[in-house]
Order: sequence, then structure tokens, then C-alpha cells
Amino acid sequence: MKRAYLVAALGALALGGMAPAATAADTLKIAYIDPLSGGGASVGEIGLRHFEYLADQLNAKGGVLGMKVEVIGYDSKANPQESLIQVQKAIDAGVRIITQGNSSAVAAAIEDFVAKYNDRNPDKEILYLNYAAVDPSLTNEKCSYWHFRWDASADIKMEALTNYMKTRSNIKKVYLINQDYSFGQSVRSEARKMLTNKRPDIDIVGDEVHPLLKVTDFAPYVAKIKASGADTVITGNWGQDIALLLKAAADAGLQADFYTYYAGGAGGPTAIKQTNLADRVFVVLEGHANVPYAPSQAFEDAFRAKLGGQSVWYPRVVNEMTMLVKAIEEAKSTEPAKIAAKLETMKITVFNGGEGFMRNVDHQFFQPMYIASFGPLTDGARFDEEHTGWGWKTVGKIDTGDTIVPTICKMERPS
Amino acid sequence: MLELVIVSTLNGVLYGMLLFLMASGLTLIFSMMGVLNFAHASFYMLGAFFGFQLSHWLGFWPAFVIAPLAAGGIGALVERYGLRVVHRHGHVAELLFTFGLTFVVQELVQMVWGKLPVDYRVPPSLDFTAFTVFSTNYPAYKMFELATAIAIFLALLTALTRTRIGLIIQAALTHPNMVAMLGHNVPRIFMLVFGVGTGLAAVAGVIAGPALVTQSDMAALLGPILFVVVVVGGLGSLAGAFIASLLIGLVQTFAVASNASLAGLLGPIMPGAPAVVADLWNVTVAQVAPVMPYLLLVLILILRPVGLLGTRDT
Amino acid sequence: MAAVVASQGRHGRRTVWRLGVWIVAAILFAVLPSVFRSGAALTTMSLMGIMIVFALSYNMLLGQTGMLSFGHAVYYGLGGFLAVHAMNLVIGDKLPAPAIVVPLVGAVAGLLAGIVFGSVSTRRGGTAFAMISLGIGELVASSALILRSFFGGEEGITTNRAKLLRLFDWNFGPQIQVYYLIAGWCLVCMMAMYALSRTPFGRMCNAVRDNPERAEFIGYNAGAVRFIAFCLAGGFAGIAGGLAAINFEIMNSVAVGAAQSGSVLLMTYIGGTGSFVGPVLGAMLITFLQVMLSDATDAWQLYFGLLFIAMVVFAPAGIAGILMKHAPLWRARVLHRVVPAYLLAAVPCLLGLAGVSLIIEMTYRLTVKANEGSAFRFLYQPVDAKSAVPWIVGLLFVAGGFWLFRRARPRVADALDEALAVARRKGWA
Repeated sequence: MKRAYLVAALGALALGGMAPAATAADTLKIAYIDPLSGGGASVGEIGLRHFEYLADQLNAKGGVLGMKVEVIGYDSKANPQESLIQVQKAIDAGVRIITQGNSSAVAAAIEDFVAKYNDRNPDKEILYLNYAAVDPSLTNEKCSYWHFRWDASADIKMEALTNYMKTRSNIKKVYLINQDYSFGQSVRSEARKMLTNKRPDIDIVGDEVHPLLKVTDFAPYVAKIKASGADTVITGNWGQDIALLLKAAADAGLQADFYTYYAGGAGGPTAIKQTNLADRVFVVLEGHANVPYAPSQAFEDAFRAKLGGQSVWYPRVVNEMTMLVKAIEEAKSTEPAKIAAKLETMKITVFNGGEGFMRNVDHQFFQPMYIASFGPLTDGARFDEEHTGWGWKTVGKIDTGDTIVPTICKMERPS
Repeated sequence: MLELVIVSTLNGVLYGMLLFLMASGLTLIFSMMGVLNFAHASFYMLGAFFGFQLSHWLGFWPAFVIAPLAAGGIGALVERYGLRVVHRHGHVAELLFTFGLTFVVQELVQMVWGKLPVDYRVPPSLDFTAFTVFSTNYPAYKMFELATAIAIFLALLTALTRTRIGLIIQAALTHPNMVAMLGHNVPRIFMLVFGVGTGLAAVAGVIAGPALVTQSDMAALLGPILFVVVVVGGLGSLAGAFIASLLIGLVQTFAVASNASLAGLLGPIMPGAPAVVADLWNVTVAQVAPVMPYLLLVLILILRPVGLLGTRDT
Repeated sequence: MAAVVASQGRHGRRTVWRLGVWIVAAILFAVLPSVFRSGAALTTMSLMGIMIVFALSYNMLLGQTGMLSFGHAVYYGLGGFLAVHAMNLVIGDKLPAPAIVVPLVGAVAGLLAGIVFGSVSTRRGGTAFAMISLGIGELVASSALILRSFFGGEEGITTNRAKLLRLFDWNFGPQIQVYYLIAGWCLVCMMAMYALSRTPFGRMCNAVRDNPERAEFIGYNAGAVRFIAFCLAGGFAGIAGGLAAINFEIMNSVAVGAAQSGSVLLMTYIGGTGSFVGPVLGAMLITFLQVMLSDATDAWQLYFGLLFIAMVVFAPAGIAGILMKHAPLWRARVLHRVVPAYLLAAVPCLLGLAGVSLIIEMTYRLTVKANEGSAFRFLYQPVDAKSAVPWIVGLLFVAGGFWLFRRARPRVADALDEALAVARRKGWA
């Protein structure tokens, strides 16, 4: 009897703090669900600051449809199940728009949850804006009407990269090294397919996968790359996997160019500078600080000034918020269904200049892509990264039209 | 082929020595005190960050001396005011204490140095290529790692078997009451052992920091493999840990170099086989290389629980 | 004489109370959703139900048989994965199986995995067993990314519980229906595990925990006892996994990983391994903290670590241990005697803790969150981390609080002793 009372009392205490928060009708709430603690937190927090900066800017100009914009951060702890709990909390707090990007596994879980939730709760739908999860399946097999992606998917990035490599006659032998999970596997299979298509003369001399974030010494892998005689390495590695790979390559004196997706990520520039691989590491991006476009450079100045030197990592976040605001203003409503209808056919001038559009078939955004190398600043470029004194330099620009990839998406549309 | 073998052997030995550097302290603590120190990797991280900060202020060589002393000092305090209190509640309590300590240390490191990797560099005096084997350069810094690991191994071995304090420590391990009755201060010996053990982890951190990525989550990424080394080597045996680290280093490096898979060996699998079997059939040895230490751990524990050169059973 | 008669009467009453506990628990489970209505509360309560089953299964190993396992999440995860695959099979082939039977699939998976892995790991106890469980856990977690078809790679496998057979007009789509499913299974598992602990087999597990050598002397094979306990624990963990599969509709390799194993160890230990209800309390508390604490503060990992350490140093018997210590006082109705002393000690203790928390939050504000400015709210009061005043206040709280606490502690000890003595005199302790 007593134990039951005890259990009840403790349970009551435990759950007491969960009264639903009062929702103010005059704020537009956006939930940002990404890791805010643990290993991924360094990246998750900076993403949140991007959104908060944009929200502040919007509020300074009067908000959206007269409403203040509020970005609320929820800690996904990079765990799919935990993220679903956070989505539930956000829904409870009255949020109808969620945005997320770090970890395609979390993105897949959220996309699935949102589709089921919207199906089971008509008129209470939520919208999911994806700013960084690049797994192609999110706009192919798993596509959903309520999901929109602003980051070029892994396929699009490879399309842009291989279109650039088509023009580089000095690339003769390519080595692929990737992390052994869905993203890494899609990078390598797309690389193979697209290279064979566009440059059949290129020899793919190696195709390696290694466990994710478990390798501490890349020397054996670098030895294999050297032994193969490759002049170019293509890798989707991120986090410590790219930093250690580059360090091992520099240590062993590997004379090859690295075409990467994420060498510019947190800690990447520092690692590249440490290894002294000037202008040998390339990244495919939707934009960077040294693109000579006056509005983005002004934005970069203001952003760095306000955030203590933090560079704009995510031009795509700026694109996302711009389009969201435009959709709300055109639809004159914050109902997700109406916003989605406007978003899916929208075209805008993207952050670094040029035209981008949302493809309504799969809700993937297409934009101009840049291939940039990291090295000492030249030609009047002003911005360096992570206080290294080195910055990005465009070596190739792929127009929007040349980044398009097909899709197998057949999404269920609300009637 | 010969090039691959020689390069892989060299790489394997270097990697193994780095592992030994990290695990030597844990062997000491685990064998001598029976404490499963989950926080060992945290002291390794502290060593790396202290090394980074001190080399920033004073240069690499003073940092190399002071950082381990600082970390070892903290370790001794943790033993004196933490573990000793918790010891009477049993092994699970000690373990959970060290487990909680990992969270606290990680958060404190994040508070001071942030969550992003720090720019901890190889000192200029060691930043050159020592020699070249078959067109692969070996930096002098890695040779320095190798030399330090061997020096520590020899020093520890000599200290434990040839000096008076070492013999007392060995005795205190198996017969603490008798040693206490003979007039030695057993608690102080344990504090010394814990301090030295964590100091060794910090040395590994100071040295490995520039070679690997120095970041606040580096402890979590290295923790499990240290236990594998200690258990495979055998409880109570320093030489065992040495051999186990070399073994694991070589096995992993050679595995990475190998593209063999069951499919390659025995031909493609029949088309009607279930997907799970197809996965296993096509996976290459290189893909499973970093999990081989765990396989080794399980096999050793099943076949020879005392470890390779272990002298006692827990 | 009177004491003997009284104890027999008490025995009869105790049996009635024991049955009553289960009935009250059932009523409580049924009524809770009406008290806490928000979606997040329902999700959290569902999660608590799952973790209660998981933690209790873990305590079958740790508390009752003395086996410390670092890889218990393997059975939870495998149960969940097989359940998800089973659900997808049922949906694909349109088999007539409602969601209620899905946890049975989890149970079978957990049991089989327990048999396979247990056969090699339970021969020895103690540290060797702990290390093997760690190794097996890491192996399974790593192979999860290799065996992509079963584990779904990084993204895991998804399913849809609403497409299974409807049961009396419930399709288990809405969270409230899932809550009742979980609550029902949780109650059944709790009763089963409790009953198991009272059987002769359960007692033999305790014997093997306390003195394996002696257990062998009376003719029981310690290894066999451990093996059976391991398999059963695996089976119940599999049920928890099946419930998780229904609740989240996604199962991913994190569920078999070291973090999940560490989490259940934490829950069980903090709740208290010495009693049956300990893991229940621990599961509820830790689940609540894991879900809610990250909202309240960004330094939650630090608080978690400090909580661990504090529990281990000051209350190694867990929450249940503390409650059990006071149980005789309650039964003898002398609990009120210690209340004044406890209050006297509690106030400065809370003050000291508030001071520690204030200092941690301010340090966090100045270091990790440096670019959000130094002004924030602590316990609904505005605080500026850059000014000296809150620092002085914090230090005063810490110093003063803990000094007063130290002065009050002997009184607490005295009061406790006195009350226990009275309880003993009355025959309750």
C-alpha cells in the first residue's frame, strides 16, 4: 500500500513539471531540433545561432505578418528516438514548424513521424524544414509532402562535383574512401556511376569504406592510397574522420588532391591549416564567404561582428528562412498546408547570388553550387575561417541547371 | 606486396605503441587496485588539453613534463577523496563513481576550452620526416611516440620488479592486510599508484593530442579499446598489456590493408539467400577491422579468461 | 508472546496488502493520463513504462543474481528489431495479428539472444562476465552498421503500428492507446518478475549472488543458475524492446549500443538494486530527467554526472535503500520524530545546492554561452553573470549552506537513532 503511494507520489512529482505551456497567438514559433549537448553540440549550437540571428533581424523589421518570430532550441542528442520525444514536446508547446539538419538518421525518423502524425491528426499538421540532412532517400524513397530540403543532397553534390571534374584533364586516377553507412555508401556509389558516365577515361583505383568515427589512425588507409598511385581522392568523410585522414595524408607526404563534402565543417579549416595542404583540399558548397556578391559579403560582415567571428556556415539557412517568410506572406497564413503549397513552387535569388528553385516533385531545392579550395587568401578575398588566415577560393561554379538529378519520389499529396 | 607488409608492420607497431601508452596506466590501476577506471580516458583527455594549454604558454617540452604531473595530481586527489570513500560500498559503486566522473570532466573541459577541436600542434623541433620507406614518409614525431612508449614500458617494468616500492606495490595487491601489518601505508600506496596511472594516461594525451584530434569528446571515442587491451593482456601483467597492444595494433592495421571477404574467397553467394547472409558474405575484412579488438576480447574471455599473460583471476 | 501473536496477524495483513499493491498500481496506471494530459506527458509516461520493464529485467541480473552486465541493451535492441520486422511482415502479408502480441516477438528474440550469448558468458561471474558483456555489446553495436538489412544501417527500420489488426476499435495510432498497451504489459511483466523473484529459483539466484561457492556445496550449479537468469532477463528486456518498437515505430542501432546499456545500469543503480521497487523508481526518475533536464539547463550532463557521484558516495543503496531505511519508522509510526531534524538539515542543504547550481550556471554562461550575453534567469530571478553580486551570493550560499548542514548532521543521526530505537522497542525494526 505504502509502496504504491510512494510510487504515485514520486511519479506525480516527476510529472508535475509538465503542464502545457500557454501558446501566445502572436508569435511564430519555430522549433530547432539538433544536438545541443554531447559530441554534435558544437555544430548544433552554431546552427541555432544562425536561426536566432535571422529571427532577430526579422523581428527588428516588424516580424512576419505582424508576428514575432521565436526560435526554440530542442536537444536531439543526435539520437532518433530522443528527437521524436523533442518533436512531441515542440508540438505540445504549440509549434507547427520544425527545422533540423544534423544526422540523416534523425531526419529520416522525423520525416516518418511527421508523415504519420499529419495523417493521424488532420488540421494539426506540422511542417518539417530540413537544412542539412543530405541522405538522398529523404527526397526519393522516403519523400513526403511535409518535408522540404534546402541542402543539396549527396547526389546533387556529386553531380556538381563530377561536372567540375569533367573539365579537369589532370585527374586520371581516383581513390574513393568513405564512412561505412548510408551516406558514405551513397557517396561512393554515385561517384562511381557519375564518373563512369562523364569521364570513362578516369581510373577508379580504390574504393574503401571504414567504420564511422572509429578509426584513430588513417596511416594504413593512406598507405593504400599511395600504393594505388591515385592523384585524386573523393571522400564524404566528416568530423574527426576527415581531420585524421588529412593529417595522415600530410604526415605521409601524399601528393593528391582531396575532393570532399565536409572538410569545411567544424574544425576542418583548422585541420587543413595544420597539415599545410594549401589549395589541395576542395569542398563542394552552396556558397562561401569569399563569393564576390555585395549583399552576402555585407551579411557576412554583420554576422561575424555580432557573433564574435563565427562565419556564416549555412547560406542555405538564410535561403530557408527567406523562402519561409515569403511563403507565409504570400499565403497570408501560418497554416503549414498553405505554406507548403507556396513553398513547393517558389524561386528566389539565393544568398550568394544566382537563381534557385524548389522542385515540387520531391521538395528538393536546387541552387548554384561552388567548388572551393582552402588556402591562403588571394585576389582581394577578405574572409578567413576559424582564425587560420586561410579562406575559401572558388575554383569552379556549377549553374543551377547543371546540378539537377532525377528523383523516384511519388509523394502523397493532401487533397 | 613486400611494401604493403613492411609498411603495415611499421604502422601497426606505431599504432600499438600509442595504445600501450594509453593503456599502461589503466593496467597498473586495474591490476593493482581492481578498480575499473572508466575515467581513465578522461585523464588522457585532460593530459591532452593541459598539454595544449601549457605548450601554448611555455612550449612543448615544459608542457610534456608539467601536464602529466598536474593530471596525476588530480588523479591522486580523486583517489584520496573520492574512490577511497566509495571503496567500501563495493566494486559497482567504484565503477559508477568513475562513470559519473567522465561526465563531469567532459563538461568541465567543454566549459574551459569549448566544444570545437583545439589547434594543438606538433612541436617544430619534431616536425620533420624521420625516414622514408617505399615512398611513405614517417614523421619524426611518430618515432618520438614509439621511443616514449618503449621508455615508459621499460621504466615501469624496472620500477615494479627491481625497486623496493615496486615490490611493496605488488605485495599490496594480493595481500594488503599483511603489507599494512608490516608497517607500510597501504592507502598511500594506492593513492600513489592511482596518481601514477592517471599521470601515464596524461602522458599519452600530451603526446597523442597533436597526432589525433584534441576535442572534448576524445575520451568517449577511445574508452572501450583501452579495456580491451588491458583484459586481453591479462590482469596483473604489464608485459601482457604491451603484447596485447602490439597484437591489436598489428591485427587492425593488417586487416585494414586486406580487401578479402567471404565473397572474394568463396565466390558470390546464391541469389536466393536472405539479405542478412548476403551482408555477411560481402563484408570485407577491412570494413570490420576496427571491431576486431572486441572480437578478440570476447574470444580471450571465453578461451583464456586470465588474459594472455595474466597472473590472477579477479 | 504478544510479539509472536502480533507478527502472525501482521503476516496475514501483509499478504492482503501485497495483493492490494498490484490493484492500486493498476488503478494508478489507468488514471494517470487523466491527470497529466499533454502529449509530452503521455510520451514520457509511455517511455517510463518501457524503461520500468527494462530496468527490472536488468535488476534480475544485477540485484538478484549479482551479475554486472555492460551489454544488456543488446537484448532490448534485438527484441525491438525483431518486433519491427515482425510488424512489417504482418502489415505486408496482412496477417491477423494485433499490436498487443508484438512484445511477445520481442520476448522470443531476447530469449534466443540470451541463450546464444549467455552460453558463452555466464560460465564465470564477476569482472570476467562484465568484460565479456562489454565486448559482446560493442560487437553487436558495431555489426549493426554492417548487417544493414536487419539493422537498417544508420537510419534504422521504421514501421507503422496503426496498420496492424484493430482490437475492439483501437488501432493503436493515438498515443493514449499506446500508453494503455504499454501500461498493461508493464503491469504483467512487473507481476511476473516479482513472482519469479519469490520462487525457489529466485532464491537460488540470490544465493549465487551472495556466495556462489556455498551454493555449489548444496548441490546447485552456479553457472546453470546464472545462465537461466540471464536468458530470462534477456527475454524481459526483449519485451521492453518490443514495446519501444510499438511506441517509437522506429528502431535504430543506438538501441543496442553502450549508451543504452549505461542508461539502464544508471537507472537500476540509482533506484536501488536491493529491492524490487528500486529499479521502478530509478527508471521513472532517470527517464524524467533525460527528457526534461535538457530544457531546464544546458549544463545537464554536468548535473547528471554530479548526481551519479553524489548517489554513489552518499546513498549507494539507491533511492529505494533510503526509503527502506525509513520503512520501520513508518510502520512504527515514529517517522514524525525525525522530521524536525530533517528539516533543519534540509534547508541549508538545499541552500548549498542552489548556490552550487547558481555558480555552475553562471560559469556556463560566461564560457560556453559567452556570445549570448551574461544575463539570464535563475529560478525565475534575473541574474547577470558578469557582476560580482550573484557570485558573492552563490559562494555565500554554498559556504553557509554546507557549513550549517554539517552542524545539523549529528542531530539528524541522533534523531534517526532514537526513532529506530523506539521502533525496535515496539517490535517493528
